[in-house]
Amino acid sequence: MSDITLEVRDLATHFATRAGVVRAVDGVSFSIARGQVLGLVGESGSGKSVTGFSVLGLVDAPGRIVAGSVVFRGTDLTKLDEKALRRLRGNRIAMIFQDPMMTLNPVLRIDTQMIETVLAHAQVSRAEARARARDALGMVGIPSPEERLSAYPHQFSGGMRQRVAIAIALLHRPDLIIADEPTTALDVTIQAQILAEVQKLARDHGTALIWITHDLSVVAGLADEIAVMYAGRIVETGAVATVLDRPMHPYTHGLIGSVPSRNRRGQNLRQIPGMTPSLLNLPPGCAFRTRCARADGACESDPPENEAAPGHFLRCFHPQLEIAA
Amino acid sequence: MIAWLLRRLVQAAFVVLAMTVIVFIGVNVIGNPVDILISPEADQAERLRIIANLGLDQPLWRQYLHFLVGLLHGDLGRSFVFNEPALRLIGQRMPATMELAVTAVLLSIVIGIPLGLYAGLYPDGAAGRSIMAGSILGFSLPSFWVGLMLIMVFAVQLGWLPSTGRGATRELFGVQWSFLTIDGLRHMAMPALNLALGNIALVLRLTRAGVRENLPMDYVKFARAKGLSPARVVFVHVMKNILIPIVTVIGLEFGSVIAFAVVTESVFAWPGMGKLIIDSINVLDRPVIVAYLMVIVLLFIAINLIVDLLYTVLDPRVRLESQE
Amino acid sequence: MSATALPKIREETPFRRFLHDYAQSKLAVLGLVVVIVIALLALLAPWIAPQNPYDLAQLDIMDGRLPPGAQSMGGMTYWLGTDDQGRDMLSGILYGLRISLGVGLGSAIIAGIVGSALGLIAAYAGGWAETVIMRLVDLQLSFPAILVALMILAFLGKGVGNVMLALVIVEWARYARTARAAALVERRREYVEAAECLALPRWRVLFRHMLPNCLPPLIVIGTIQVARAITLEATLSFLGLGVPITEPSLGLLIANGYQYMLSGKYWISFYPGIALLVTIMAINLVGDQLRDVLNPRLRR
Repeated sequence: MSDITLEVRDLATHFATRAGVVRAVDGVSFSIARGQVLGLVGESGSGKSVTGFSVLGLVDAPGRIVAGSVVFRGTDLTKLDEKALRRLRGNRIAMIFQDPMMTLNPVLRIDTQMIETVLAHAQVSRAEARARARDALGMVGIPSPEERLSAYPHQFSGGMRQRVAIAIALLHRPDLIIADEPTTALDVTIQAQILAEVQKLARDHGTALIWITHDLSVVAGLADEIAVMYAGRIVETGAVATVLDRPMHPYTHGLIGSVPSRNRRGQNLRQIPGMTPSLLNLPPGCAFRTRCARADGACESDPPENEAAPGHFLRCFHPQLEIAA
Repeated sequence: MIAWLLRRLVQAAFVVLAMTVIVFIGVNVIGNPVDILISPEADQAERLRIIANLGLDQPLWRQYLHFLVGLLHGDLGRSFVFNEPALRLIGQRMPATMELAVTAVLLSIVIGIPLGLYAGLYPDGAAGRSIMAGSILGFSLPSFWVGLMLIMVFAVQLGWLPSTGRGATRELFGVQWSFLTIDGLRHMAMPALNLALGNIALVLRLTRAGVRENLPMDYVKFARAKGLSPARVVFVHVMKNILIPIVTVIGLEFGSVIAFAVVTESVFAWPGMGKLIIDSINVLDRPVIVAYLMVIVLLFIAINLIVDLLYTVLDPRVRLESQE
Repeated sequence: MSATALPKIREETPFRRFLHDYAQSKLAVLGLVVVIVIALLALLAPWIAPQNPYDLAQLDIMDGRLPPGAQSMGGMTYWLGTDDQGRDMLSGILYGLRISLGVGLGSAIIAGIVGSALGLIAAYAGGWAETVIMRLVDLQLSFPAILVALMILAFLGKGVGNVMLALVIVEWARYARTARAAALVERRREYVEAAECLALPRWRVLFRHMLPNCLPPLIVIGTIQVARAITLEATLSFLGLGVPITEPSLGLLIANGYQYMLSGKYWISFYPGIALLVTIMAINLVGDQLRDVLNPRLRR
């Protein structure tokens, strides 16, 4: 049990807007063990980013965690006050954002932005903090870190900036890193480098990693576990190999079918018909049923979570048991 | 950087030249130069003598050259009223205007930024909304009327503050200053606030807009995700970003503040160069008018240049681009 | 929200939609009502003012500086008091409104015509004409209005005509900049191309085809500029550089009362000030709402 870094149970984060309640995250559960990588997959608007922010307690108004628990190494983070949360952020739980062009403050030097992170959580001298910042930059593969420390963000390329952001995330050797699509804004070659480096760093430090992405191929190469989100819920979760080879939820099927792949050369990519539903005042029942070929009357009530195979959970009344073509 | 500076200087020189042409045409073509340059009290013989003396019988281009040469030598004629060189007169009055303008700008920063910050952080609260509503008043109230109301309330009704003059002054670097004495500060309080009012509203709105624009940015969320305190996020991360446009605007507005001091100085009988120019216009002391206009034009151009320089120093993005 | 979503209302016209959008803000409606009332008061001043404040025969110096509500020798009530000449302040304000509104509106209209025409020409002609006009605009706008006005009045001397000229010179640049920006957008539209293909005269394309489409932003600027012109005129008159004493605007009335304020006779300055204030605020309210209604892109 001590091996579990984070356990999220029935998490619900809702946004009370003028037009109604947006249930961005609606009863999400997952857990992640030390040194493990969880790929959180879904289309944009599926609630995967909000899930990440909810863990850190960084959901902006009008959003609010309305139910559920986020147990991090034995402590329920939803019960903590802002001050206690702040002691964890950037320290035990770090986050990496999607767009490296936007995450670093454009008018503060890299050293300022790194040293302040060190000093926020450690009682060390400025010189010591600077040394730690420099080492972190070296660790993520930034050449001549000492000089680069006194540069401004715009003097770095996109990939280098993301490395800086990762270095900042690693400063305190966190137990958990939440990476919110950190490579989507980067070139493919740089994406591959960064993936490899993060994987290595996480493994070396025993850091648990939640990798939020819409890109199944990234998850395939990186993650141990995968959780597929649709309309604020996790519809299917399990070991990466199992879920990707034997997807059971029609949505996961559709997702995999729409990834270009060498194996299916000459065939048309299959699209999932329709669009992601608006999360505003979503009716009960399976949210995917309007786009699902297998849907029937039963799908108008909420499908319960069941274990199709050991460790392989899904929410569907009509799971697809045959292998995708 | 040097090339850029040179280019800016040449531009500035052109604007100065253009303004000398405009002032020259205004004085010599639109207005009657005889009225402008010769005391209204002079008799006919005196007039003819001075006309020849001043070269007003010469062709216009030669007169313009003469005007330019005078300008370069700092000679813009003598005031009829004070019988002193016009430029020296302006120079004597300038410190009073400057200390008023600088105080007003400081006030607009000290009052405007915190209010704008508050209104930006809590835009939907009652206080935030009233701050914004108040800022609209600050923009649209005629400043001379606000000055009168200040006098009515604080000088006449309450009797707290004096309504006219500079009060006691003390010398520093050979110049008399009001801000060095308590009495002087008491005299300066109302005019400085009056002069600051429009800029308080401006700074406040800029700050609020900057906060609203920057708060949803990823870098703010990232800073919070690093575990920084809200104070550090707002006062270091957000402030550093919004200060750049604010400093630029405040700098550019400094010229307007000096120009608007004309109104404030007239309301509060503050003996600066603004009051001098109004008095001079009213008694047709034209050499002083010309001198004031030229001084103000030079001041404006200098301010623009300094603000541009300051901007490149403040914003690392611009600074590096200009180096490369 | 959008009117196109309501096809069943057949009588929907652009003007009705405009009215409907405008009426969304109660404050703006109030502003419009106040503007109309003030305009009527100014227009009808000779008929509704208790006395003609500039007919010396009607004034009695004995009634000088009476507080609000005081009775005259002749039994007339001075609701807002009298000034040093024994002039009824209410009448003075009504007549002053005439001057202030007249000067403000007149200069804004002239500046609007001149500025818009130059802006349109700059956008349509391009080349050196555009460069010259826009450089002038830049130069003009880099100096504050009060300074430019001071400069012009220093050259020309006082007087209603000169004040209006100064206001026009101060204001035209904003119209020119706005008109040019709008016209540059319109130029790329098909209808301009079509008109040019028909070989219509250039002035006709410019003023008959493009101008109407550039009007909304110009109307918005114009409204705000009227308020600015009234403020500036009041300021200049207060400084003694504006209208002559025989045609006192609100600013001059305020200036006249200034010397008595220190002795507590506040009403001579106070009430004209309130009238000025209400006028400016109301026009600004209307202008703000017009900007929101006519240009949804500017909505924040």
